[in-house]
Amino acid sequence: MSLIYFSLLLLMSGLAYVLARGRAAEGARGAAFHSRPAYHGLLAGAIVALPMFAVFVIGSFLTGFAAERQALAALDPALAADPLRRGAALRQIADLAAGRPVSGDVSALAAAVETWRSVHQIAIAAIYALGLASGVAGLLFALRRIAPDFKARNRFERLVSIVLMLCAGIAVLTTVGIVFSVVFETFRFFQRVSPVEFLTGTHWSPQTAIRADQGGSSGAFGIVPLLTGTLLISTIAMLVAGPIGLFAAIYMAEYASPRFRAIAKPVLEILAGIPTVVLGFFAALTIAPLIRVAGQALGLDVASESALAAGLVMGMMIIPFVSSLSDDVITAVPQSLRDGSFGLGATKSETIKRVILPAALPGIVSAFMLAISRAVGETMIVVMAAGLAANLTFNPLDAVTTFTVQIKTILVGDQEFDSAKTLAAFALGFVLFFFTLTLNVIALAIIRKYREQYD
Amino acid sequence: MTDTALAPVMTPAAGGVDFDSAEARARLKKRYRAEARFKALGLLAVLVTAAFLGFLLVDILRKGIPSFFEHRATLQITFDPAVVDPKGTRDVADLRGADYQALVRAALQAQFPEAMDRRARRALDSMVSSGAVDDLRKAVLADPGIIGQTRVMPLLLSSDADLFLRQRETLITRLKGAGPLQVQGEGASITLRNGGAAFQTALAETKNFLAGRRRALLAELATLPPAGGSASVDAKRNELEQAAAAIQARITNANAPETLTDREPSLFVSIGGGILKITEIGPNDAKAIALVSPRTGSLITDWSLLTLRVPETNRRVNDAVSAWLETLAQRGMTEKAFNARFFTNGDSREPELAGIRGALIGSALTLLVTLLLCVPIGVAAAIYLEEFAPKNRFTDLLEVNINNLAAVPSIVFGLLGLAVFLNAFNLPRSAPLVGGLVLALLVLPTIIIASRAALKAVPPSIKEAALGIGASHQQAVFHHVLPLAMPGIMTGTIIGMAHALGETAPLLMIGMVAFIVDIPGAITEAATVLPVQIFLWSDLPELAFQSRTAGAIIVLLGFLLVMNAAAVILRRMFERRW
Repeated sequence: MSLIYFSLLLLMSGLAYVLARGRAAEGARGAAFHSRPAYHGLLAGAIVALPMFAVFVIGSFLTGFAAERQALAALDPALAADPLRRGAALRQIADLAAGRPVSGDVSALAAAVETWRSVHQIAIAAIYALGLASGVAGLLFALRRIAPDFKARNRFERLVSIVLMLCAGIAVLTTVGIVFSVVFETFRFFQRVSPVEFLTGTHWSPQTAIRADQGGSSGAFGIVPLLTGTLLISTIAMLVAGPIGLFAAIYMAEYASPRFRAIAKPVLEILAGIPTVVLGFFAALTIAPLIRVAGQALGLDVASESALAAGLVMGMMIIPFVSSLSDDVITAVPQSLRDGSFGLGATKSETIKRVILPAALPGIVSAFMLAISRAVGETMIVVMAAGLAANLTFNPLDAVTTFTVQIKTILVGDQEFDSAKTLAAFALGFVLFFFTLTLNVIALAIIRKYREQYD
Repeated sequence: MTDTALAPVMTPAAGGVDFDSAEARARLKKRYRAEARFKALGLLAVLVTAAFLGFLLVDILRKGIPSFFEHRATLQITFDPAVVDPKGTRDVADLRGADYQALVRAALQAQFPEAMDRRARRALDSMVSSGAVDDLRKAVLADPGIIGQTRVMPLLLSSDADLFLRQRETLITRLKGAGPLQVQGEGASITLRNGGAAFQTALAETKNFLAGRRRALLAELATLPPAGGSASVDAKRNELEQAAAAIQARITNANAPETLTDREPSLFVSIGGGILKITEIGPNDAKAIALVSPRTGSLITDWSLLTLRVPETNRRVNDAVSAWLETLAQRGMTEKAFNARFFTNGDSREPELAGIRGALIGSALTLLVTLLLCVPIGVAAAIYLEEFAPKNRFTDLLEVNINNLAAVPSIVFGLLGLAVFLNAFNLPRSAPLVGGLVLALLVLPTIIIASRAALKAVPPSIKEAALGIGASHQQAVFHHVLPLAMPGIMTGTIIGMAHALGETAPLLMIGMVAFIVDIPGAITEAATVLPVQIFLWSDLPELAFQSRTAGAIIVLLGFLLVMNAAAVILRRMFERRW
């Protein structure tokens, strides 16, 4: 349905463009027009398209709202009063109305489905009628305004700059959306679980009892084991990626011949472009068994989902990230510093260690911070190669779990509507988001300062 | 310049530092060594990274390439009218509901007449995939004229049979038989006799295997607490010690015959078109049962001994099925062919039938939504920020915001999608529409940053010239700057799309992880994408799915390679130095 509507919209808009441009071109033969005919056409097209688009968006929103209300009115009041069953019933009604197969007995919903359908039919007819009417009205309005002194170009350009600004605003809107979606749910979570318990508890097991009289699983939401698990894996990753990435960057920036760079740079880029799900598969099915076998040969007891395997592969993932950022900051150190050091008789490595690295230190620190933030937020490698058990341990051979693994585990599959467990995932998302955001903001601020220093 | 010429300046007598003393030379040598060490460390770091990448790619290729091939049995299938169309009406519904498994079974029983009882029939059925049965059904429905005829049909083997033929179930070693073999008896009691100790090696290997079991027993013994503790531990120790001693006695007596059970490697004798399974082995004689009856006489010179290294109890393919598969292979009735199903089927619970078509189409639909959303919006945002935005605090905030958004963990975008698109807007779960929306938000910062860089790279003189001859600011940007920045923007877009193609975590949050067999046809239908399919398969325990997973990874990496290569080529072709 929307496809037909949008084709209609494009058609009307195109028609408006052609008509308005033609009329302006015709008029321009007799009088000096302020704007080129094409601008009259573009403006007319926009005047037709925008109201039609608005009608569609507002109409669809209202339709969903009205259909839901009417369908609920047609339902059994007992069913409509129960929020859990109401949600399920509404989903089934929508599926039935769309002709999708629905499992279970749905005969009780027949009346509601009928109502839903009729509301939709009326609404669609209304949207078409209103849309067409607004389109035609826009067209007539636009055509009437065409005159020699009408500043169509200025009007159109103002419209364009508003659209451009709105597009740039979507980035802000995304951030606001993220903040609101996690903060809102986190707030609801904290109404059930105290923030102190959340932040200082050393036991994590999000299973809560479904009924109040059930025993056993009461749910514990202490994030300390998740925090240590995340830090353990990130530390292993940084122990791998830090030195290797930094040394690779130094070699590439200071020692490598152009030919070597031409080969080595794509290698790093390919590694950076490998999807993390691939690395997770590799970690779980190749590296983890290798570590297990090696551990057994040394007489160590290695968990099959050890933190070491996930950390090592994650480290490998971050190497290109560290090295390309560090490469940038090392190359940004002015040549005069190097020349000065060479002039005093220092060797190349002495120059790097005593002059370049101290000069590039802020940049390198921020590169490391961005890398840590990426390690903390990485999901697929740990989901596939690290475990689910929330062990409070610093032994890299044990299985640990992380924030991202828990978010994924809680939210994938059947969710309990509105339970503390589901909300806990958003609270974890909140912690994750603000932890990485802080690291990023500081790191980016340092980089910015550093750039200004040598510009 | 030589050292002699410098010497006067550097002597202590001249009041300088002695650069020529032994200590100074040693110091210099040390410094140069440090230099070489440092450089070598740098090179090592690059090489370690390259080696890791190489290991990763080789490992994936090694695991994944087999999934592009499948094993089939080429058998004579008789489309028996009594089975396919018992009523003789050629009614489509009847033809569709017929028992095609029976045709396959009959064809196999023609090869292996001894497989008649219920257990053997079930084993026969397990050899061939249900996909092969469907193929027969399709063949009949496409051309009912073949009913009553006999055709050679390629039948897809089950994944277990496939793994066996690849020797992934067990390693099989073949030994040409030394000297003539005398065969007596038939069926379940056959005696094999050979004058020249032909079974000596096999017997020694069996004893060797027993030695391994003894070592395992002793290792278990070592983990137990010392004797004299509790009575139960003592009993256990005693039991283990006796078992180890019993095995030791069997090993020491090197020529004593061994009875083979399903816990030892299986020994087959391949003889005159049949296969005998050895149940008891001595140095020059053996007792055996026939798994596939041989067709030749009693004194045989041309025979070979097959060892299936993994004991029967640890295999998914038992000895009888192994023998049938081996026989089919010997009779030239198996073939290895390109696995087209992998690219034309949707997901399946049967590894040999599972394909990536559904995931590929899901990925394409999702990326289409992403592309349509994030390119116009991203480019517009970049143009605004680079060309029109006033320098104020709001613009600064916008810029910091975009840079930060690029570093937000992808799973957080999944949370956004779940809370906003699914829960607040009630968009359909698991749909490419929502996946595309989330990925668009995810790659938007990448595209904005790349587009801004491309716009910035266009020299200001171009814009100034346009402005100078009377173009408006927007005309200058849209007619002159933007077209010149287009190659850079497209490169950034392709890289952003490659990123979106490989992204998994946010799509898990919005429910694109369901097991979906149907190929999605619209952006609002439930679908999955290639990386999520990889994730789903990697979770499955079957060995055959491991290979499928790696195969899907190869396809994914192939797409990424093509996209990145396109970006590089685009950059090379249109790159302009001003």
